[in-house]
Amino acid sequence: MGEEFLLSMEHIRKQFPGVLALDDVSFRVRPGTVHALMGENGAGKSTLMKVLLGIYQPDEGVIRFDGKEYKQMDIRSILTQGISMIHQELTPILHMTVAENIFLGREPVRGRTGWVNHKELYQKTQDLLDALDIHVEPTVKMVELSIASMQMIEIATAISYNSKLVIMDEPTSAITEKEVDHLFKMINNLRDKGVAVIYITHKMDEVFQISDEVTVLRDGKFVGAELTSDITRLKLISMMVGRELTNFFPKEDVQISEVKLEVRDISLEGKFRNISFDVHKGEILGIAGLMGSGRTEVIESVFGIHPPDAGEILVDGKPAKIRQPMDAIKHGMGLLTENRTLSGLFLPLSVRDNMVYSNIDKYKGRFGLNFKQMDVDCEHQRKSLELKTPSLAEIVLNLSGGNQQKVLIARWLLTEPDILFLDEPTRGIDVGAKTEIHRLMIKLVQMGKAIVMVSSEMPEILGMSDRIVVMHEGEKAGELTREQATQERILQLAAGEALTI
Amino acid sequence: MSTANTSREVSNSNTDAGAQAAPRPQRGIKAFFGKYGIFLVFLGMCLLLAFLTIDNGQSIFLKFRNIVNVLRQSAVIGIIACGVTFIIVSGGIDLSPGSVVAMTGILAAVLAREAYGLPFIVPVIGAVAVGSLAGAINGTIISKARIPPFIATLGMMTIARGVGFLITNGRPVDHLSEPFLFLGQGSIRGLGENFFIPIPVLIFVSVAVVSHLLLSKTRFGKYTYALGGNEQAAFICGVNVDWQKIRVYTYGGLLTGIAAVVLTSRVSSGQPGAGMMYELDAIASAVIGGTSLHGGVGTIGGTVVGTLIIAVMNNGLDLLGVSSYWQRILKGLIIIGSVVIDTLRQRRRR
Repeated sequence: MGEEFLLSMEHIRKQFPGVLALDDVSFRVRPGTVHALMGENGAGKSTLMKVLLGIYQPDEGVIRFDGKEYKQMDIRSILTQGISMIHQELTPILHMTVAENIFLGREPVRGRTGWVNHKELYQKTQDLLDALDIHVEPTVKMVELSIASMQMIEIATAISYNSKLVIMDEPTSAITEKEVDHLFKMINNLRDKGVAVIYITHKMDEVFQISDEVTVLRDGKFVGAELTSDITRLKLISMMVGRELTNFFPKEDVQISEVKLEVRDISLEGKFRNISFDVHKGEILGIAGLMGSGRTEVIESVFGIHPPDAGEILVDGKPAKIRQPMDAIKHGMGLLTENRTLSGLFLPLSVRDNMVYSNIDKYKGRFGLNFKQMDVDCEHQRKSLELKTPSLAEIVLNLSGGNQQKVLIARWLLTEPDILFLDEPTRGIDVGAKTEIHRLMIKLVQMGKAIVMVSSEMPEILGMSDRIVVMHEGEKAGELTREQATQERILQLAAGEALTI
Repeated sequence: MSTANTSREVSNSNTDAGAQAAPRPQRGIKAFFGKYGIFLVFLGMCLLLAFLTIDNGQSIFLKFRNIVNVLRQSAVIGIIACGVTFIIVSGGIDLSPGSVVAMTGILAAVLAREAYGLPFIVPVIGAVAVGSLAGAINGTIISKARIPPFIATLGMMTIARGVGFLITNGRPVDHLSEPFLFLGQGSIRGLGENFFIPIPVLIFVSVAVVSHLLLSKTRFGKYTYALGGNEQAAFICGVNVDWQKIRVYTYGGLLTGIAAVVLTSRVSSGQPGAGMMYELDAIASAVIGGTSLHGGVGTIGGTVVGTLIIAVMNNGLDLLGVSSYWQRILKGLIIIGSVVIDTLRQRRRR
């Protein structure tokens, strides 16, 4: 054939309103190789694959597959072209059988009426499962399988297309170690047959175990492509995460006093294990770690959204029973969630309404709500946070990201919390607003409050935290003081390795 | 886990629940009841009524004439319900059958007028064609314009009703030809003096058998289940979702046309006010028969049993002299009851 690459995507550009998802991305896969595609959430991996599958049309760029220039077509044609995909989210049709799911869209039919040849359908499925050594009955309904089995069926489906290229998006998210070994055996078989596999994952172990090459994307840009044998874990992480560190953080000296919050050995099934830390008044505790390490789960658990199965939480030295967010609020806690539009703001409502929601009891008057007091309080917040809005009646949807975030902060400040949990407080916010929010955080700890901040932004973590807890795959990998903390140390802990630097 | 998706993902968060906990399969008695429960309920009802209507040593309910009556009365709704089953299983809903029955019934009546002398096949084809067309329009609006099925078919419902009144100026169309009337009023005789099968019953049975085969044995049927079970998965597997929807609604319309022929020939006229609330009865039949309003679950067999349960209940209460107002209340209770039972069964799976 003479072509070095089975697939080459050159200079792909994809713009969505408000975000450039793919910016001049190039990606090349050789036949008979396993090529890992890595990057943080939002880096563009899934978008790139969707462009390949024809779900999205790129604005610019050329794709060549199997020696021919590739024009995006509908999914049916792509499946026959020789590309199949295992999707990140399991999408089985629960009430249909395993066989029906696997062969959906290509059932063996008799004649032109579309009469399905069930005997052949079940036989073909049995043959496929036997060949892949998967022990599931073809006649079983998907709903009766375990999640792990469902994922194995999904994998079998993708392989059954006999494609030249199989895309696997987080194929091991729901399966156990035994099945992972089985999967790798299947992948090795594919590789021997000359099939190429694109393997999208966050799990570094798997990358080093199974892949031949790695491509890293970051913020929609192509960062680099290397042979797996040529790189180290650390290099990989810094490719995924590395940004230039700049030092404009308004960190001042703050009095750090007694312990406000103690978390001892908390665990939540499937999410995190044996997490312990404490936070002092006047302190900012940073929580660092890679995507999926469990940081958000931990603070949401302490806040009562999914209370831990085991462990203790102490506030001011006394055990605190927190079964739901209301309990947490009563103990003086506040939580700014990771995705403010999803779980924080009431977008069609006004600034004022958004601000008062956590604290509405305060405004109960004899004949309804005390709107005057509400206005006074909200106006005060607006001034002190320098919130840019035409008026308090403006609906929050119309504000910029930074100002929306300030509205949420104002909401929590009105509850006068002692402990504030901030999950990615400056994500998606312009530099100017970022600094304002940081300054605000300093003001808060100067008043004696305690802040726990989850952040994926290395400069923010290093610049703002007094201490840093690093998490790795649901466990606490380590803790660093401000003086001890460096980018490399955090990265090393986050990758699950012992500190060697 | 809060996966903050900043890029446009085709996925939706419904699948998260599936990724978290595996639904537990059902075993033993519960599974048996789940599959055949509705049939057992039906048998139970029949036995009860057979017993309660015993008069002079004979059960009035079980008399051949009575059973045939019940079957004939359930034919029109039953035919519509078969079509509606497809639509609901595919994840949609159809509120238009009642009005479309009236509209196509009127058209059939017009074509079947004695004065025109057209062969009876003409009104039949006309009704089926227009019914299919109405269904196709429903399907097209729903798939291409992305209008929720509830709204689209609600619109069709009112429009079809209006068309019916427009054509007839509010008056019934009658004086229909004999051969056409035979379809709704005639029967096949034989095997003894008192044995006869009304044509509507034959038509109902045929429609049910064909629908069953379509839904369970053909690709069309599988895609219907796939659409309702997980539209996204179907799309990803290359199923042409838009076309499948159009086909499903067209089939529903086709059956509605057949039902209109049966109804019109039975009452000997095309009435603009015919078929009121028929869609609700049809949906109720499907739901009682185990069709889930969420889509992806349902069978023609179940729907037929559901239709018969309502018909038997009405008949039984009539025989027992219970006021017809009670029938309505009971029907409502049965509908709610069967959905509650179904929901409880589903919930225990999670």
